[in-house]
Amino acid sequence: MIEFHLDGRSGVAPYLQLIHQVRHALRLGLLDEGDQLPKVKDVAAGLAINPNTVLKAYRELEYEGLVAARPGIGTFVTRTLGGASLAAHEPLRRELRGWLARARRAGLDDESIEALFLSTFRSAAEEDIA
Amino acid sequence: MTAVLEARGLGKRYRRMWALADCTLSVPAGHVVGLVGPNGAGKTTLLNLAGGLLAPTTGTIEVLGGPPLARLARIGFLAQHAPVYAGLSVADHLAFGAHLNPGWDAGLARSRIERLDLDPGQRAGTLSGGQRAQLALTLAVAKRPDLLILDEPVASLDPLARREFLQELMEAVAGQGLSVVLSSHLVSDLERVCDYLVVLVGSRVRVAGPVDELLATHHLLSGPRRDPDTLPAGQRVISASHTDRQSTLLVHTIDPVLDPAWTVSEVDLEDLVLAYMSQAAAGGRRHLEVQR
Repeated sequence: MIEFHLDGRSGVAPYLQLIHQVRHALRLGLLDEGDQLPKVKDVAAGLAINPNTVLKAYRELEYEGLVAARPGIGTFVTRTLGGASLAAHEPLRRELRGWLARARRAGLDDESIEALFLSTFRSAAEEDIA
Repeated sequence: MTAVLEARGLGKRYRRMWALADCTLSVPAGHVVGLVGPNGAGKTTLLNLAGGLLAPTTGTIEVLGGPPLARLARIGFLAQHAPVYAGLSVADHLAFGAHLNPGWDAGLARSRIERLDLDPGQRAGTLSGGQRAQLALTLAVAKRPDLLILDEPVASLDPLARREFLQELMEAVAGQGLSVVLSSHLVSDLERVCDYLVVLVGSRVRVAGPVDELLATHHLLSGPRRDPDTLPAGQRVISASHTDRQSTLLVHTIDPVLDPAWTVSEVDLEDLVLAYMSQAAAGGRRHLEVQR
């Protein structure tokens, strides 16, 4: 079972934070097919958030086909993310580390590295769409 | 689904002061409603009218589909500062609650008191502020109401007690499916727990609606200085500030903002509440500034 947390200062809506955390756990293999998500009542009480917020997040995940609600029992994971690509994470991470080291040697600071990565990521995504 | 709270032209006057004026409001069931506004805005008056503690001067108010006094058994009411009987023990309070309320859920009350780790023999006067609030909440919840009205429930609590109180409240909402109306002058208390917002300033309701909807229909626009009167018809300015070159406007619109001169950003609950408060405070002053 995973445990949710909320960042009150992130500006991201609470239900989106819950969705991100489930997707994140699915991607990293922390949640697997058949695992149960925390009960709505427990999440609401634990985080002191409106139960409708939790329901909204779970409904959205259900709509995405990642979980299924079994009335009266709870909400269960039906599909993992990551999957086959998990194996590819490690070599990609090594390459990324190499790239980071080169960026630092070239004199880029953290902020410049982040900006360069994000702008490249975005322009590549735009090219894919176009 | 019937409205938990339905007010039409509701007003309350104390001598020559209107504490609440021309309040028309319809709140659907199944929400946790945040009633926000500065001190003295009329929040307590509205809640007392809803709880049947006051009679309206003008207009009508219906709670759970009928007049408040006919619905008292289905309303849980927690007044400001969570009043308890200082000389009575925790157990006495529960016995008292059982005696007064036909729908009393003794099992629920007992399990809550155990979970909160309150000593049944302790006198309420010696409890901490947080414990007193929790005891009062337990009494209100064990009545098994359909609507729970809370007046500034966490205002006097420290951050930990505040969180614990809201946790217990959300647990009750999830477990019993009750509707809640709670007031606060702090938006941060409400951000996580409320999914419906009513902003009350200067004895008038300024805006009311589901939080998602309010956030989706309000936008912050910034761009070159511009007279707010030249905006498209669908855009209503809630608050505006100008420098000699730039204008920043918080607008309400159901249509997307298409004008490329504006940088459009989303608003959060606090921006929204503050904008309506400053709008109420500015009143007619804004028009003068624009003319000048």
